[in-house]
Amino acid sequence: MNYIRMSAIVIITYVLISGIAIPIVPQPQGWFEFPVIPGLEEKARNIFFHVPTAWTTVVAFLVSMWYGLRYLRTRNMDDDLKSEASAGLGFMFCVLATITGALWAKFNWGSFWNWDPRETSIFILLLIYGAYFALRSAIEVEETRARLSAVYATLAGLTVPFFIFVLPRIVSGLHPGAKGDPEGAGPVVEFKMSPSMLVVFILGLIGFNLLYVWLLNVRVRTARLEYRRSTPQG
Amino acid sequence: MSVRAQIGAVVVKDVRSEVRNRYAINALVMFVVTAVATILFALRSEQPGPATLAGMYWVVIFFSAMSGLARIFVSEEERGTALTLQLTTSPGILFAGKLAVNTGLTLLLTLSVSALYIVTFPGFVIRSPDIFALTVLLGSIGFSASATILAAIIAKANSRGTLYPVLSFPILIPLLMTVMNATEKALEGAAFIEAVGDMQVLVGYCLIMIAGSFLLFDYVWND
Amino acid sequence: MRSSSVKLDSVSKRFNRRTIFEKVSASVNAPGSLAITGRNGSGKSTLVKILAGVLSATEGKVSLTVDGHEIPRELLYQQVGFVSPYLMLYDEFSAAENIRLLESMRSGRRAADTEIDSLLDMVGLAHRRNDRIGTFSSGMKQRAKYAVALIHRPAMLILDEPTSNLDAEGIAIVRGVAERQSTSGILIVATNDSEEAGWCSQQIPLGIG
Repeated sequence: MNYIRMSAIVIITYVLISGIAIPIVPQPQGWFEFPVIPGLEEKARNIFFHVPTAWTTVVAFLVSMWYGLRYLRTRNMDDDLKSEASAGLGFMFCVLATITGALWAKFNWGSFWNWDPRETSIFILLLIYGAYFALRSAIEVEETRARLSAVYATLAGLTVPFFIFVLPRIVSGLHPGAKGDPEGAGPVVEFKMSPSMLVVFILGLIGFNLLYVWLLNVRVRTARLEYRRSTPQG
Repeated sequence: MSVRAQIGAVVVKDVRSEVRNRYAINALVMFVVTAVATILFALRSEQPGPATLAGMYWVVIFFSAMSGLARIFVSEEERGTALTLQLTTSPGILFAGKLAVNTGLTLLLTLSVSALYIVTFPGFVIRSPDIFALTVLLGSIGFSASATILAAIIAKANSRGTLYPVLSFPILIPLLMTVMNATEKALEGAAFIEAVGDMQVLVGYCLIMIAGSFLLFDYVWND
Repeated sequence: MRSSSVKLDSVSKRFNRRTIFEKVSASVNAPGSLAITGRNGSGKSTLVKILAGVLSATEGKVSLTVDGHEIPRELLYQQVGFVSPYLMLYDEFSAAENIRLLESMRSGRRAADTEIDSLLDMVGLAHRRNDRIGTFSSGMKQRAKYAVALIHRPAMLILDEPTSNLDAEGIAIVRGVAERQSTSGILIVATNDSEEAGWCSQQIPLGIG
């Protein structure tokens, strides 16, 4: 875990500095210059922070669902602790992705919120996390809580394909990569980024996911301690 | 076949129970009437377009369903008959029966809301009956598949009344967005071919939700 | 007579991190009976619910074998009859309707009128056959539960506090039911009454220490 923590710190620091500091020039030469993407320009830098946090949100949700399903099979309370810890982190990353997205939308589309399909999806994801925690707090017996929240997370997980694949294609949107997206911004999502951007972008993905792994580890360990402390003796 | 007879018995039991107690129906009817009346007061003489009408149509259905559909499991839990059911039948049979009852109730609800809308809104004219009928049918099935298992979940939790819409909304959103989209097309008089995409989404949603809730219901129902 | 046996193999139950009971083992072969005794809160009801397949054990295994086949948990309901004060029937249905509906949910078959009548007669409710359960006194409700629990001739009959709310006549009826079950199948009685426990050939005390 120490290595993971250290690499997360190093990588995210690097992504922060290079993502913000590397100049965007019309004719990039070498690793320390980014190309201009028409329609995005300086706003393209958001991709290094927004997309990795959004991905981590989804990863955290899937991990939470996976541990939930595992709880249903093993009935081991430790799996429920992991599921809850991951959902909590997912919520945090979801908020980060929403904020970075909304800020970017303000400068690119003119307002913080436009109900673009991706914005709708992340809004629903926020609602799912909210509903998940509302359900947890409404059940007193911990076995029942673990069981029902695992079922709910799985049900919510079943709707994810609709948000990722279906909605963005039915409803036309403004988001890069969506139906109706202005031509210029397309390459960002189709991974035709310049190599210099791609390196920082992929490092961003790795960095935020490592951060998630490390935080999950910390949260699970604290949750285990709390669990043991509140267990009646004897 | 025994399983079909068992499922039938669950349906008969619930329908007869509903006829005698009217737990769900009364709440549903009153809710629909109140909601539509409120919309009419708010609009006064305005004539909303198809998109607004389609949206308001499903908003009324969503919130009325949220007031009534949970009863199917909440009443069993409140009266203590949940244990009786656990001792008399298997989770799969029970879920199939409850799903059938809720689907019937949702269909009834959509039909009465449709009738009410046709009467009260001059703009609510179904120009493509084929799209509308299929949307209402598939929408009701998908709606009750999610609503039934969520009812079983909240029946075991506290603060049920507020929790139900909170849990249901995110799960029902893909369905709601699609049925609103398709209903708008039906009101505009679109050709069926234009709504095929929506129908595919609805069929997919129904299949995924029915299969998923069948598999998960065991875990909700039994400890 | 069908051969059947039920086995509890070091069953433990924890609930919200509290241990209800630990490592309970017992076995009964038909014809036979078992009394589960213990003071309030010792987990008698929890244990009989585990036996009936309504709750799961945290550790250990419960198995009911009928005619050499182990019954999977999701089909236990076909082999188990259960009576307890906390079991509820449908208030809006009559006694006969309750029996008929619950039996057709259980097996898909339509119980014959004669069958229902003879059961209601046995528990002394024949004259209230078509009255709604909601109008019954708690003792009459308890009697009706016996009719519901016996209509499918269960291999295992579980009685939790069998005589609660019953008058002397009712207790005599229940004694008869218990005797017949313990000579033809498996009878499980959960009780803190030493006389009721005496109906059974074996006893396991819960919650000692």
